[in-house]
Amino acid sequence: MVEKGGIIQLKNIDVTFHNEGKTIEAVKNVSINVNKGDIFGVIGYSGAGKSTLVRVINLLQKPTSGEVIVNDKSLTKLSVKDLRKERKNIGMIFQHFNLMRSLTVFGNVDFPLRDSKLSKQERKEKVDKLLKLVGLDDRSNNYPSQLSGGQKQRVAIARALASDPEILISDEATSALDPKTTTEILKLLGRLNKELGITIVIITHEMDAIKQICNRVAVMEDGALIEEGDLLTIFGSPKKKLTKDFVDTSTQISSVLDEIKESGIAGSISGRLVELNYIGNVTNEPLVVGLYKKFDVEANILFSNIERLQGTTVGIMLFALTGDEDKVSEAIKYLNGLNVNVKEIDIAESEEA
Amino acid sequence: MTNFINTYLPNVVANWEGDNGFVVAIWQTLYMTFVSAIFAGIFGIILGILLVVTTDDGITPHKTFYNVLDKLVNLFRSIPFVILLAVIGPFTKLIVGQTIGPKGALVPLIIGTAPFFARQVQLALVEVDHGVIEAAEAMGLSPIKIIFRVYLKEGLPELIRSGTFTTISLIGLTAMAGAVGGGGLGNMAIAVGYQRFENDVTIVSMIFILILVFVIQGIGDLLVRKLEH
Repeated sequence: MVEKGGIIQLKNIDVTFHNEGKTIEAVKNVSINVNKGDIFGVIGYSGAGKSTLVRVINLLQKPTSGEVIVNDKSLTKLSVKDLRKERKNIGMIFQHFNLMRSLTVFGNVDFPLRDSKLSKQERKEKVDKLLKLVGLDDRSNNYPSQLSGGQKQRVAIARALASDPEILISDEATSALDPKTTTEILKLLGRLNKELGITIVIITHEMDAIKQICNRVAVMEDGALIEEGDLLTIFGSPKKKLTKDFVDTSTQISSVLDEIKESGIAGSISGRLVELNYIGNVTNEPLVVGLYKKFDVEANILFSNIERLQGTTVGIMLFALTGDEDKVSEAIKYLNGLNVNVKEIDIAESEEA
Repeated sequence: MTNFINTYLPNVVANWEGDNGFVVAIWQTLYMTFVSAIFAGIFGIILGILLVVTTDDGITPHKTFYNVLDKLVNLFRSIPFVILLAVIGPFTKLIVGQTIGPKGALVPLIIGTAPFFARQVQLALVEVDHGVIEAAEAMGLSPIKIIFRVYLKEGLPELIRSGTFTTISLIGLTAMAGAVGGGGLGNMAIAVGYQRFENDVTIVSMIFILILVFVIQGIGDLLVRKLEH
């Protein structure tokens, strides 16, 4: 699963905490390889260890065992001084922004530049450029307390970019923001990835955030990495139960199924209930019409969700198929042949489960 | 006005000038307050920072060092000031050459105030958002830079608030030190006003001390208002 030579390589990372006689294994034997230019998402519920894991990347959290290689340098073997130098190459943004209250927007972005060799004038130009990049050039004399959450996060992003890092770590950076602002911030990160070629590692508990910009995803549960792959694979054919749960919350199919069960309309739905998952351009074929023409099977669409992920169409649909019993079976076979993942759903059964 | 003062504050007028007069006493109180405030301030800030950075989740944790310093600060904070004055007499003599007068009061005032202020500094700096410290660490700042550029900068309004508070309680201590030989307005109020039944002297001494307290509080509040965003 781990390819060689990524910009970030975590090898067999263990993080164990000892607290009042209790031992907590926050991260268990996790290996991750992030390639240059990736937007790598780590998703999991709170307490899954994802925050601890990303802190291992810049060694804010020292791993109990394992190796951290960033840019071909083994950080775990560096001296404290060299480690500080490497940290400047890894920008970080946080859930609660972590800006200095006593400094203006300008002062906050200038903060990491004060150690640089740049002259005062060069620093000013750089800060202005960064603020422009995040769309806040008109707020440079404001204090953080005068800004909205989304604006604060933009300042934090500008600050993180000040030392020209090759890597940006986002630790639940959108979790304290409303959905609209979240989308704006994610779009900004996506743009930075494209324009600056910066490698981004995002951790979140929202599949929607992952879906919007990541090209690769890792799923964590109880400190372990349970599934990893590119976004389309994870989204189109999740293997583990937790992964499927995350995908379902994002497509809303689970809430639709709940709705069908609770509203009691399950009994009034005739025919066989099937869930279709597909990746790619199957949608170009008129499915519903095709089923009717070829098999005389009527497809009643109960739910449909089609999204573009990384430029590829990913769809999920819920059909109630009615018609001659044999014909319906044939229709399902036909769908399978079209690279559509078909799963039959028994409402009564899933109710018990 | 002159008439009013002569009628109601006869002893204040009689004790205004001269070696043991009000003018000298006011200077002595100001001297004791500000010199001790500066030294206790420096020691307190250093000790307070050491406590904050060496604690378990500090930026350079050191269990043994923290525990020893923590106990020492507690110990010195627990000694009642009047007793401290007497106990450290020989040490005072060693440092400033005398145990009486405003100069002799300095050593016990500093030793009595510094641990108290250290605790205040520790509380003020612990309040600095841990996330900001973490962000600074992630930027590759060294501990010493984190202390100066984050802790002291972000904690400044709270530090001034504790500084004001500590200086005011220090004025209280100078009055106590004054009563046992330190001079100043405390000495005036007790040795002249109280013991010679010259009540106007006691009251005027108190008023001068109150004025000093209000001025310090006012300056402190003003600075905090300017610094907080």
